[in-house]
Amino acid sequence: MHPVVSIMLQRLALGLMTLFFVSIIIFMAIEMLPGDFTQAVLGQAATEETVAAFRRELGLDQPAYIRYFDWVGGVLQGDFGTSFSGRASSGVDRSREVVDLIGPRLANTLFLAGMTAVIAVPLALLLGITAALWRGSLYDRAVNATTLSTISMPEFFVAYILILFLGSLYPVFPSLANVSADTPFWERVYRCALPAMTLTLVIVAHMMRMTRAAIINLLASPYIEMARLKGLSATRVILFHALPNAWAPIVNVIAFNLAYLIVGVVVVEVVFVYPGIGQLMVDAVTTRDIPVVQACALIFAATYILLNLLADIISIVTNPRLLHPR
Amino acid sequence: MSSDTPEHPQHGEVLLTMRGVVIDGFADERWHEIIRGVDLTLHKGEVLGLIGESGAGKSTLGLAAMGFARPGCRISGGEIVFDGIDLVAASERRKQRLRGSRIAYVAQSAAAAFNPAHTLLEQTVEATLRHGLRGRAEAEADARALYAAMDLPDPEHIGDRFPHQVSGGQLQRAMTAMAMAARPDLIIFDEPTTALDVTTQVNVLAAMRRAIEQFDTAAIYITHDLAVVAQMADRIKVLRYGEEVEEAPTEEMLRAPKHPYTRSLWAVRSLQKPGQTSSDLVLEIDGVTAAYGTVDVLHDVSIGLPRGKTVALVGESGSGKSTAARVVTGLLPPRRGEVRFDGTALPADLKGRTKEQKRRIQMIYQMADTAMNPRQTVREIIGRPIAFYHGLRGREVERRVERLLEQIELDGSFADRLPGELSGGQKQRICIARALAAEPEVIICDEVTSALDQIVQEGILKLLMRLQEDHGLSYIFITHDIATVEAIADEVVVMLEGRVVEQGLKEEIFAPPHPEYTELLLSSVPEMEAGWLERAIARRQGGAVADRLAEGGRDLPSPG
Repeated sequence: MHPVVSIMLQRLALGLMTLFFVSIIIFMAIEMLPGDFTQAVLGQAATEETVAAFRRELGLDQPAYIRYFDWVGGVLQGDFGTSFSGRASSGVDRSREVVDLIGPRLANTLFLAGMTAVIAVPLALLLGITAALWRGSLYDRAVNATTLSTISMPEFFVAYILILFLGSLYPVFPSLANVSADTPFWERVYRCALPAMTLTLVIVAHMMRMTRAAIINLLASPYIEMARLKGLSATRVILFHALPNAWAPIVNVIAFNLAYLIVGVVVVEVVFVYPGIGQLMVDAVTTRDIPVVQACALIFAATYILLNLLADIISIVTNPRLLHPR
Repeated sequence: MSSDTPEHPQHGEVLLTMRGVVIDGFADERWHEIIRGVDLTLHKGEVLGLIGESGAGKSTLGLAAMGFARPGCRISGGEIVFDGIDLVAASERRKQRLRGSRIAYVAQSAAAAFNPAHTLLEQTVEATLRHGLRGRAEAEADARALYAAMDLPDPEHIGDRFPHQVSGGQLQRAMTAMAMAARPDLIIFDEPTTALDVTTQVNVLAAMRRAIEQFDTAAIYITHDLAVVAQMADRIKVLRYGEEVEEAPTEEMLRAPKHPYTRSLWAVRSLQKPGQTSSDLVLEIDGVTAAYGTVDVLHDVSIGLPRGKTVALVGESGSGKSTAARVVTGLLPPRRGEVRFDGTALPADLKGRTKEQKRRIQMIYQMADTAMNPRQTVREIIGRPIAFYHGLRGREVERRVERLLEQIELDGSFADRLPGELSGGQKQRICIARALAAEPEVIICDEVTSALDQIVQEGILKLLMRLQEDHGLSYIFITHDIATVEAIADEVVVMLEGRVVEQGLKEEIFAPPHPEYTELLLSSVPEMEAGWLERAIARRQGGAVADRLAEGGRDLPSPG
């Protein structure tokens, strides 16, 4: 077997193991949350019998480890359980499957994240490479200063500024990003313009600075000096000689930021009233809807693990020592 | 150019002139002069050797011949004219057009100077393609022909390999081929064989010289090794502190160096002591077989160290010298065999050894730089083993540190310095003091002088010899440098591929007849006389070990 394949399999196994441990941590953390769904729904006045009966119905009377294995067993079959919300003390059960609840929200989040990534990643690489090429120049300083200031401002502030200028004073884009399942693609892109821009401004700095630093870090290498002494142009030196060796740190930062686009955008969702998964999770926490909270947490964890795994694999594949063993 | 008579060769017109070149380097917040007004003239097809210690400005001057100054350096004065083009005044574009096409560069470490991300062929043809000198197909065919001319194995396909897939010697040849690709008028060789084993160096030198003769290329050959430059250059220029010491045709320079500094460079090689032996062994390595992972790297190695004497382990990189040292120190427990100290077997693993057993064997490393904690003062570095092994503290430690500094010929003020504030030689002295602090009986010296300049080397070797006299120390001295062995060893152990080829008194090992590998090793050490290279190459033809080491078999693994 090619060593790269075996390394990848190893990483994959490691990722799955991490996910398993994370699931235990998520479950235990939620166990430790104060408050109880039954009491939240039934109110202070409920008798002990009604509470106990309701708990039994939800399976909350079982010991924790049994509930854990039930949950994990279900997840492995694609069943994240049934949401607690929609149940009321009256006995009317309008509860929905967690999958049905999360599905469309996750799709929305992935759409916004994807749209942002398509803009932000190439932009960050371009800015990073050009800044490295003209390091120390006015351009370099301007790019650094701008990206640093956008990352230093809180997201909601960036969002409101954009709304003020592009939604209100010069109404180019809608201020609210209300989309539904049947919104056509380009309409969706149009409505997501402002949130995508906000997120781009937030994540570009990190990726751009890492690209610049990773390239500049290599410029002192003997092989870069050799390339210069072969009379190659500065562009050629950077693109052909430095960049191919700089991918590993760059993709790691890209993966980190892409994960952030999926798990960390609740503030932006709130500002633009965007129906993403972040809002869903926050709502679920306030109503103590445990199955939804657990499912969201697990999805977030899986996102981090998957993207980091991907970054690892790209670092390995761009390393000629591993790709072409002796 | 006749290789046997390098004196006053008749060369054509002037190719490169430097007049009063001054180059500044930026350090400690200000500009310092690195090169202080050097003149240099090079004719077409001529080879000029530039020699000097590290820091003399050889590389800086060599790069200036390409109109290039490293980051943090600047050419601040004088004129550099290459074939009528003023390189000081020329635009960056103009200089870019010259570099890689008419002036090429061969770097010291080919392993670092080849880009790990691209194949050899891609990098070899890059300059020719980018300068628009040839089409791709033609350039690639030419590169293969050059690989063949440089004696690389499988020249048709070696270009498809990545730098990490070929050996150091092969890379260095591929780099010469890369420099030759555009048929430049001038090549700057910057210490091109310093990182190679002696046995590899001979072949690389021969291939390089053949190439520059064949294409009638002028060259500036930078090195600190006099014997090497004697084989390569028509003329030799000696540099020191950025100034020219003297310049003369090679033969004249070798026969009668004028300047005392040049003569002192020659003198180092005369350090020699007669070998003595004794049957009282302080340390015995007995039938040791050791492995990294599942691969055996030592095979049934037995070495004896006589008390108060020095045993030199010689052999090229990969021969198992350092592995043997790791077995002795307990860092690598052997698979079979044992290490005896004063006749008692030592626990194989370091963890099983008592503090007393550890104290008696100390180690000094090649890279003094990385062997010391950069954040600790000399006092802390030397004080640690004093406190650890002898349980002393406070004033007692202070006094010991002072005495140790005295023994290594540094004054007490050094105690408060950090490693970064020391020169290379001083750092190595501190490492010696640290080993000495434990009051050991055996010190393992792993290539301790390899990273140092000749004159500094001499100082360190003399110090080690004096300490041996004073304290009755026994040394295991690992080196690949035969001159160092001549200087310090009593006994010599020749190693090859994890096996001991022979062990004996230095004089006996160095006197013929030799086993074939010892012969090859000894004959590979460059000597300071013209024509040595041809004789060495001629001697090598046909030897079985030489064939095996001639890279085809050893260095190039079959694809797959």
